[in-house]
Parts: sequence; structure tokens; C-alpha cells
Amino acid sequence: MEGLTLSDAEQKYYSDLFSYCDIESTKKVVVNGRVLELFRAAQLPNDVVLQIMELCGATRLGYFGRSQFYIALKLVAVAQSGFPLRVESINTVKDLPLPRFVASKNEQESRHAASYSSDSENQGSYSGVIPPPPGRGQVKKGSISHDTVQPRASADQQEPASPVVSPQQSPPTSPHTWRKHNRHSSGGNSERPLGGPGPFWSPFGEAQSGSSAGDAVWSGHSPPPPQENWVSFADTPPTSTLLTMHPASVQDQTTVRTVASATTANEIRRQSSSYDDPWKITDEQRQYYINQFKTIQPDLNGFIPGSAAKEFFTKSKLPILELSHIWELSDFDKDGALTLDEFCAAFHLVVARKNGYDLPEKLPESLMPKLIDLEDAADVGDQPGEVGYSGSPAEAPPSKSPSMPSLNQTWPELNQSSEDTAIVHPVPIRMTPSKIHMQEMELKRTGSDHTNPTSPLLVKPSDLSEENKINTAVKFASGNTVDGYSSSDSFTSDPEQIGSNVTRQRSHSGTSPDNTAPPPPPPRPQPSHSRSSSLDMNRTFTVTTGQQQAGVVAHPPAVPPRPQPSQAPGPVVHRPVDADGLVTHTSTSPQQIPEQPNFADFSQFEVFAASSVNEEQDDEAEKHAEVLPVEKASDPASSLRVAKTDSKTEEKTAASAPANVSKGTTPLAPPPKPVRRRLKSEDELRPDVDEHTQKTGVLAAVLASQPSIPRSVGKDKKAIQASIRRNKETNTVLARLNSELQQQLKDVLEERISLEVQLEQLRPFSHL
Amino acid sequence: MAVCIAVIAKENYPLYIRSTPMENELKFHYMVHTSLDVVDEKISAMGKALVDQRELYLGLLYPTEDYKVYGYVTNSKVKFVMVVDSSNTALRDNEIRSMFRKLHNSYTDVMCNPFYNPGDPIQSRAFDSMVTSMMIQVC
Repeated sequence: MEGLTLSDAEQKYYSDLFSYCDIESTKKVVVNGRVLELFRAAQLPNDVVLQIMELCGATRLGYFGRSQFYIALKLVAVAQSGFPLRVESINTVKDLPLPRFVASKNEQESRHAASYSSDSENQGSYSGVIPPPPGRGQVKKGSISHDTVQPRASADQQEPASPVVSPQQSPPTSPHTWRKHNRHSSGGNSERPLGGPGPFWSPFGEAQSGSSAGDAVWSGHSPPPPQENWVSFADTPPTSTLLTMHPASVQDQTTVRTVASATTANEIRRQSSSYDDPWKITDEQRQYYINQFKTIQPDLNGFIPGSAAKEFFTKSKLPILELSHIWELSDFDKDGALTLDEFCAAFHLVVARKNGYDLPEKLPESLMPKLIDLEDAADVGDQPGEVGYSGSPAEAPPSKSPSMPSLNQTWPELNQSSEDTAIVHPVPIRMTPSKIHMQEMELKRTGSDHTNPTSPLLVKPSDLSEENKINTAVKFASGNTVDGYSSSDSFTSDPEQIGSNVTRQRSHSGTSPDNTAPPPPPPRPQPSHSRSSSLDMNRTFTVTTGQQQAGVVAHPPAVPPRPQPSQAPGPVVHRPVDADGLVTHTSTSPQQIPEQPNFADFSQFEVFAASSVNEEQDDEAEKHAEVLPVEKASDPASSLRVAKTDSKTEEKTAASAPANVSKGTTPLAPPPKPVRRRLKSEDELRPDVDEHTQKTGVLAAVLASQPSIPRSVGKDKKAIQASIRRNKETNTVLARLNSELQQQLKDVLEERISLEVQLEQLRPFSHL
Repeated sequence: MAVCIAVIAKENYPLYIRSTPMENELKFHYMVHTSLDVVDEKISAMGKALVDQRELYLGLLYPTEDYKVYGYVTNSKVKFVMVVDSSNTALRDNEIRSMFRKLHNSYTDVMCNPFYNPGDPIQSRAFDSMVTSMMIQVC
């Protein structure tokens, strides 16, 4: 339509009328209802009114923008003047009188206004004012004179006669949509029967919706099925059903589509924002949805039961099959209820479907519950927002039958972590400590004197597992299983891995027994190194309590005391001690027991240390024995287990005995260093049997020598520390043995597996 | 893995039946129909407590030279019947169980849909896709 040129009077008049119709004070779009009433008040035949509306482009747009309104008014004037309605007549007809509107309309208008106001209230939620259509070159000016009253008066008379004013009927839905589209929809929807324009309106509505940016025009929120539908739908008589129209979208008339069920469209088709995502829910839409949600469920955080949702959406008159599909899409958590997000998504889908959009196979991302969760108060939306799961607390109910979405989110992480750890764990890492612990326990059992070690040792295996569990949630969960696994059995996993894993886990636990297996590998070596070095140092410096303590302190978090004890005896000593300790523990548990009582015999150790390697070994053995109990707290249960296994193997080789001690000491030398690493290094370092035998021999020697060491009361501190160190040494040795044994076991198992495979291959038709 | 999957209602009429189109589907329908007798027999044979002790998974209902028929009953007497091809590496029992579990979960999801009236044929696309995924594995 060409631009409309208005005279000043006309402009004033029109702007006044516009303001009059602009119930919602949007200043941009007039309420359709009002406009219609106004037109009716113009005492023009309905068809003329319709024609006017069509001409001015309101039908196309679905709403009355200022320009449309002005054009319409001009056309009214033209019609009232008896001129044929033509687009050109807008500007060609000169000196047109101002359009006249029946004043009586005021009353009706007021009545309508009431309804409208209610509508407008409802619609108030709708955002936006539709910006005046760009195309119209109309001058929009405000100052309206009182002329507006005139038309109204005339309108009143006309109203009753106007067939249009039929009580809301479905056709009116279009007007409703209009309203909505116009955001003015105030009341007009509900009350605007507009039977005549009904069908007219629907296209309007659609047009408007179409205008939404373009693509996703949802053919306008097709006038919500005239209130009837909507009312039922929304529970609120009018209005609200209409979706807020996007003003911008309205502008775009290109995508106008006729809503399939236009008039009956219940749902307010929200003009899809369509800017970038056809499924995106605009704010107005969302607000509308929320309002609808509230009508069913006042609590935004609550759920809409399936039955209520079913009724609600059935009003949309979509086929049940489609509704069913929509439900499947939107009920994200499959709980049979709709959260706000889910409801919005479902509503959005219904509107889309109403507008002719095909339902997607999968829920679009923009409809995922998460969206709503974060944005609106309604958090849940599990359904609508897939994302919601991650973010929302996932109210309990929404969990899919198979799994809880919320849990899923959290669990997978845990599971992964646990799985990872589990995979890593299977290792006996625990084994080593457990072994040692077990040995210690044995020692302790035999010897009650041991302070900490005894009790802890006894409890260690369980404690360790418990601790592991406690320490790292998931990780330990897996680790625990591993532990149980390892403790019970075995050393199937690579000691190296185990060691590393265990150590890691232990580190998590951070508490006592696991401290032995220092959290990170790094600490491990330290102790060993420190031990070795410290041993020398200690010996050289004749360990004093202070030094010992320092040594203990220096020990990495894992086992502070260890380094000292390990240090004191010296690396070599440790090893043999460990080996011996292992052996002795097993075979000579009774020996160990008495050794433990020698806990405080540091002085003796010192003496022995100075004496000879064997003595050192013995000391170490003693220390190990003592350390073991002490270290139990730190050593993970696995060490005990390791010790056990070691001890077992050692028992076999115990016979080899002392002769091998010396030999054993050397090979044992390396192991002590990475006590923690024993899991890894030990395996590598130790040859299988020989070391075992040697170790056993050493251990046996050490253990054997231990009992002979009397306690000295005078140097309790040193003795204790020395014993601690010894125990630690023993632990480390045992752990190493354990790891090595485990490694051997693994190798053997692998061989077995390969053999079995070969057997299977060779066996013909074994499967048959 | 399955060549035919059927959901039978409590009254023994099919709610959903889908088979790989390779062969004459009628044959599968017939097989499912005849397997219902076996299902009923197993149901009645099981614990007196109607549901309590009865395990949902019925196991192999009967084998033919080409196919094996497995059954699963829910607590509401809705039966799932699955026909698998014998030529496939014998599916382990656990796998069949897991497939039935998935079926059951999907069926529950369908039930949760308020727009679905129990007793109606199942037309859920999600259910279809799940069943198709199970059947496609066969090939």
C-alpha cells in the first residue's frame, strides 16, 4: 500500500483513535478488538469492514499497526464517504471527512474494555509491542483529539447489529490471535466474537505469526481457539492463550501461513523466534507458557500430572497420536509428569504443530529442559531441557525408568572415575599394604606390645578397604572392590599398576594406613631414598631421637616414620629385612611377635647396625617387624596381603635361609628404595624366585635375629622409632615381594590363558 | 538380534509386533501366536503368588530349527515375545535378558505417556526406534 498522507486533522484524529484502541498502551499496535469495535462503530457493513481490514494490511499482518490503523481509518472515511474502497483511494480521495464512529460505542467499548482489560491483563504478560509496520509511511503522531469519541458513539449503535459481535466463537479465534499478535489482544479475543471477521482473523493471526522473523513463522499464533479452546486450555478465559507475538515477526509478512486449524488452533502459536532456531522459545512465549502452567499447577516448581496435561493438550485438538509423540518428546524424564520446562517444550511443540510445523523426531535442543531451568524459576524442566539435567537438581521424580537422569549425570562421572580407578585398581596395590599389614597384624597378634601397629594391623585390611572407600568416593568404590579383590585374592593385577593405583588411592585416603602407600608416587621414592640415605645417615649419626624423628618427619606424608626406620637400617638392611620379615612373618610369625615387643630397641638396632650386615638385617627385620605394625597404619591393607603372599612364598624358600641372606640383601637393596614403588619397581627389580628365596632367607635371618634383641627401656623413643623404621622396612620389603609375586602370577596367568587359547584352537569343534 | 519382537497385551492380543521384513512376516506372527500358549503355561507353572515370585524373564520358550523364541512377562501380564535367529551365534541368555529389559523400559515409557491408552496399539516412535535398533543388530 502506498504511503498514507494524512492531514493534520486526520493525523490527530487517527492518533487519538489509535490511542483509544491502543488499550495496552503499546503505542504501536492497537487492540484488534478495539479496532474491530471501532470499525463496527463506523456503521459500515461488515464486508466493508473486512475489506478495509484487508486493504490496510491488517489481515496480512494479523494485527493493526499504526500504519494499518491509519490506513484503515482512512478507508473507513472513504467508505463512509461513499467512495469505493480502493487502495488508491487512501490518498486520492481528497478532503475526506474524518471517519465517523458511533459514539454509543463507548458503552460497549467500555464493556468490552472490561473484557479487554481482562484480556489485556492476561496479555499484559505478553511482551512487546509490535512495532509499526515499517512499510507504511504513515506519520504516527500521538496527539489525538477527542474526536475519537465520535466514532465510538456511532459504533455503539452498530455494535449490537454487527454480526461480528457474536459471542466468542471459534472463528474469533483469529481475532484472538490478532490480539495476541498485537499484544493488545486484550480482551478482544475473548470477547470479540467477530463472527464475520472470524475467518479473516485467522489468517491474520497467521500472518502475524508468520511475521516472526521469517522462517519459523508459526502462522501466527493462530488465534487461540477462541476462547473456548483456550479457556479450557488455559483455564483462563481469554486471552492468555494467545501467544505474545513477536512484534518483529509480525512485521515480516512474508511467512504468513495459514494455520491449518487456524480457527481452532488452540494453541497460541507462538511465533517462533525463528531467528536462528525455529524451536526457540521466545520470552513472550515462555512467559505465556508459564502462565499456562500456572493455571494448571500454581507451583512453578511442581509437576503437572499426566492426566491434567493430557486434558490440556487435548484442547489443542491435535490428533492423539501427535500429542502422544509430543509427549514422548517433551517428557524428558519419562516420569509421566511435566515440569515447567517440559511443559513449555510440549506447549511449544503443540503450537508448532498447530502452525503446521512437523514434529521433530528428537527434542530440539532449544527445548531441552535445561533452558527453562536456568531461565525461569521453574527449574525443572527435566523434560524440556535435556540440558536441565546437568543443571537442575533433577527433581527426583523425573528420572527415567531406566535411570535417573540426575543420577545419570552425576553417576556417569563417578562411574567413570570409579571405573577408571577400578580398572586401574584391580591391582593388588592394596595387596601390598595389606600383605604387610597382615604380617604386621600377625606380628601384632603375637606381640601385643606393639602400639599402634598391632591394633591397626589387625584391623587394617578392613580398614584399608574402608578407608579407601571413604577416602575417595568413587574411586575408592572401585578401589574397594579391588581391595577386596586383592586382599582376598590377588595379585592378579600388575603390581606396578596396582602400586601406582593404590598409591594414588591411598593418597586420596590420606589417612593413616594408606599413608604408607603415599598418595603420589613421588613420595614413595623419597621414603625409599630417604631410607636408604637416611639409613646411612642415621647410622653414621647414630640416630638420635631427634634425628629419628626428623627422619620420620622427612618421610613423605605416606609414612613419616618409615623413612627413618628404613633409613636407619640402611637400604640393604631394609631389603633383607623386608624379605626376611616376610619370611619371618609367615614362617616365623612367632618370632616376629617377639620382635615386635622389641619395638623400642632402637639402641639395639644401632648396635647391630654398627656390627654387621646380618645384624643390620636382623635389625631391619626387627624394624620391619616393628615397623610393620607401625606402618600398618600407613600401609594399605594390600601391603599386608602382599606380605602374606610374600610370606607364603618365603615360607617355601625359608629353608634357603640365612645363606641367602647376604645374597638376598643385595638384590633386596633396590627394592627398598621405592618402597612405594615397590609395586612397580619391585617386580622389575626382583627376579622371581631367587629374590624370594633370598628375601625369605634374609627375612628369616632378620626375623630370627630379632627376637634376640632385648628391649631397652632407656631409649624408648629411639627404640620405638627404630622399630617403626624396621617395620616400615619390612613393609616395604614385603610390598615389593608382593608386587613381584603378583607380577609373576600375572605372567603365569597370561601363559595359562595363552595355553588355553591354543587348546581351544586345537580342539576341533569344541563348540559343537 | 531379534528377527521379530512382539508385545502382547494381557488379553493376548498384540499391542505391537514388528519383524524384520526379510521373511514372510506372517510366519513370525504365527510363531508368536503359538508361543503364547507356552507363555501361559510358564506363567501358571510359576509361583502361586501370582507375581511375587514369578520372574519376569521366562527364557527360551521353544526352539525350532531356525529360530528360538524367548518370552518375558511383566507384572501386568503384558508379554514380550522375541524371536531370534538360531543361525546367529547363540545369543547369551544375559543378552536376551538385557534386550527384554530394554523392551520393558521402553514399554514403561510408552505407558507413562498420558496420551496412550493402555490396550491401544503402541504407536510410539521412540518405542519403534528402540525396537528397530534391537532388530537391526541381527544383520
